[in-house]
This record gives sequence, C-alpha cells and structure tokens, in this order.
Amino acid sequence: MDALVNKRIKEVLNGDQNAFAEIVEIYQDKLYRVCFRMLGNKHEAEDIAQEAFVRAFVNIHTFDSNRKFSTWLYRIGTNLCIDRIRKKKPDYYLDADIAGTDGLNMYSQIASTTELPEEEVVKMEMQERVQYEITRLPDKYRAVIILKYMEDLPLQEISEILDMPLGTVKTRIHRGREALRKQLSNM
Amino acid sequence: MSMCPDHIVHYMHEYLDGEISREHELELKAHLTDCTSCQQHMHELSKVVAFVQSASHISAPDHFVENVTARLPKERSRAGVKRWFHSHPLLTAAALFMILMSASLFTSFNEDQQFSFTKQPNIVVDGHTVIVPEGETVKGNIVVKNGDIQIDGVVDGNVTIINGTIINGSQYMASTANVTGEIQEIDQAFDWLWYKMKDLSKDVMSLFNKDN
Repeated sequence: MDALVNKRIKEVLNGDQNAFAEIVEIYQDKLYRVCFRMLGNKHEAEDIAQEAFVRAFVNIHTFDSNRKFSTWLYRIGTNLCIDRIRKKKPDYYLDADIAGTDGLNMYSQIASTTELPEEEVVKMEMQERVQYEITRLPDKYRAVIILKYMEDLPLQEISEILDMPLGTVKTRIHRGREALRKQLSNM
Repeated sequence: MSMCPDHIVHYMHEYLDGEISREHELELKAHLTDCTSCQQHMHELSKVVAFVQSASHISAPDHFVENVTARLPKERSRAGVKRWFHSHPLLTAAALFMILMSASLFTSFNEDQQFSFTKQPNIVVDGHTVIVPEGETVKGNIVVKNGDIQIDGVVDGNVTIINGTIINGSQYMASTANVTGEIQEIDQAFDWLWYKMKDLSKDVMSLFNKDN
C-alpha cells in the first residue's frame, strides 16, 4: 500500500496528474469522513476535503516519502477544518431583508446557538445524535476524539497529525471524554 | 465522589487509553468495588467511548475524484506527451525511426559542402571545375560534388554532378565531347534523397546478386 502510494507520488512529481487521481481514490473516504465529523456539514466537508487534496497536490514536493502519506494528508485536512471552524465568516449580511417576506431579516433566521431543548435531542436518530454531540465539543477536543475513536489512529500518529506533544494529545482526549460524559449525562 | 482522590479519575483515563500500569489498575479496581459514584463515573466514560465509536462509516460523495481533478492546476504538457508515447509504442517507434532517418540523410546533404570528385588519371582540375580535356577518354564513372564539370573529351561511363552544373556539355554544344553513360544533375534536397535511396537499393540489389 505505502509502496504503491510512494510510486504514485513519484509519478505526480514527474507531472502526471492521472497518478494523483489514484491517490485521491485511495484516501477520499478517510479524509472526507474526518472533515464531515469536524464540520458537521456535508457541503462544507466536501469543499474542505477537496481543498485539502488540491493543497496536497500543489505541495507534493514537500512531502517526505520516509513518512506516512496519510498522516501528512490528515494534517492538511484537519488544519483546514480548524481554520474553517475558527474563521467562519458570514457570506451574507444579517440585516439584509429576505426576499418575499415583509420586514423579516436574517436575524430571525439564525439557528439559536444555545443547546437544543432536551426533548428535541431525545427525538434524534442515533447517528444524528453522535454528530450533534461531536460538533458541540470545543474544536481542540473534537479533532483528537474524532481521530482516536472514529479513525482508530494510534496516539503517536495523532500527535504527528496535530503537531502537538503526545502528552497534550492524551490530556485533550481525557478532557474530551469528560466533556462528552457531561453532555451525555441526560441519556 | 468528593471524598475520592483525584488520581482515581486519572487512572480511569489511563485504563481507557490502555496504558495503565499493573499497580494503578489494582488500585482502581479496589476503589471501584467500594465507591458507587466512581463506578458510575467509570461506566459513563465507557459509554462515551462506545457512543462515539458507534458512528457509522460514511464515504465520500459521488464524483469526488473528478471534482478534485477539476480543481487541480493545469498539468504541464510534458506529462501528456509522455503518456501519449506510452500508450502508442508502435507509432512512437515509427515516428522516431522516420525522424532519425530523414535527419541523417539531410545532414549528410548539408554537411558535404566540400568540393570533391572521382579521381581519374587524365582529368584536369581548375578551381572548382573538373575538366575532361579534348582528345582524352576517361574510362569509368565521374562524380563531382559541389563543383562544375566541363566535358571536352569523352567519358566512357556515367557522369553525376551534385550541387553543380555541366559547362559546355555535349547536351548544349556540338563538339567532340561524348558521354557514353547517363548524365545526372542533382541540386535539390529531395533529389539528393532520391539519389541516396536509389544508391542504397542498387547496393542491396548487387548484394543479392552476389549471393545468387
């Protein structure tokens, strides 16, 4: 697997785009999954996962072939997701009138940032609920929990992906578990 | 729970990470059998792990690869040409052969810019003109490259002039000049090619004839 990927990377370095399509084929599910779990939105996840692959292609010459390609790719993806979460800019004005309504503006359309009423949460399907609780986690806990429990990655690899010491990864996983425990205490 | 030491919760996380030491594990187990609130805490943490792990494996949307490829910067044309060569090996070989062949023929035409002629005992050379003097008979073929020939005598063979002209040749003036064989003037590159090919086929034919 790694040998095949390294061969494809060499071909990409020689300017062959078709070889890169094969790399995308191999990693598309993994990367899209992490982006979706981080962002909780299909369209954003697709956009960010695509962007991550484009960046990988453009910067492929900086990849060190002695290391794992998936680690490098996850790193690009998670960084883009964290940036997106932190710098979410509205691409519309909140006080703009909505067409077809009389005097209603965007303020009336914003989902409440406070938690959903408990009865709503209980009605959720299990899979929806998992995603909902993950998205409620602060982003620094979110990334480690997703990589550890949804992608089953070893702690050492998580520390490489997020570029932080192993100890920090452990602490964040512990705190992430505690945060989720409090969130789920009504289950 | 407020009664419990802090490190018990830490041991719980060590346990969940699968990195707990033997002593810590024994201490944790002993504590959990006595303390129901810590038991509850441990149970909830295990539930959290199971809850997150229950997330289904989703796959990338349709046409994901095509969409990524569409967003990539344009590839360098070098690779495209390379791939074409890869998928058409026979055509590539044929094209390469043609290029090398024609190149070698043309270069031999262009590089041979020196004046040269077939040495015969009784011909006279004046500058870039080869003269067959009146009353002399040359036995054999004459080839002149990048020069002219003036035939006043008799040539018993073929005359070939490459990049030159015949001066006072028998074709143009009534004289005693006589050429028993063919007279050929070659000036153009294509004529040169034709001449080379005829030459080559003649050689090949003579080879076969020898074999027979």
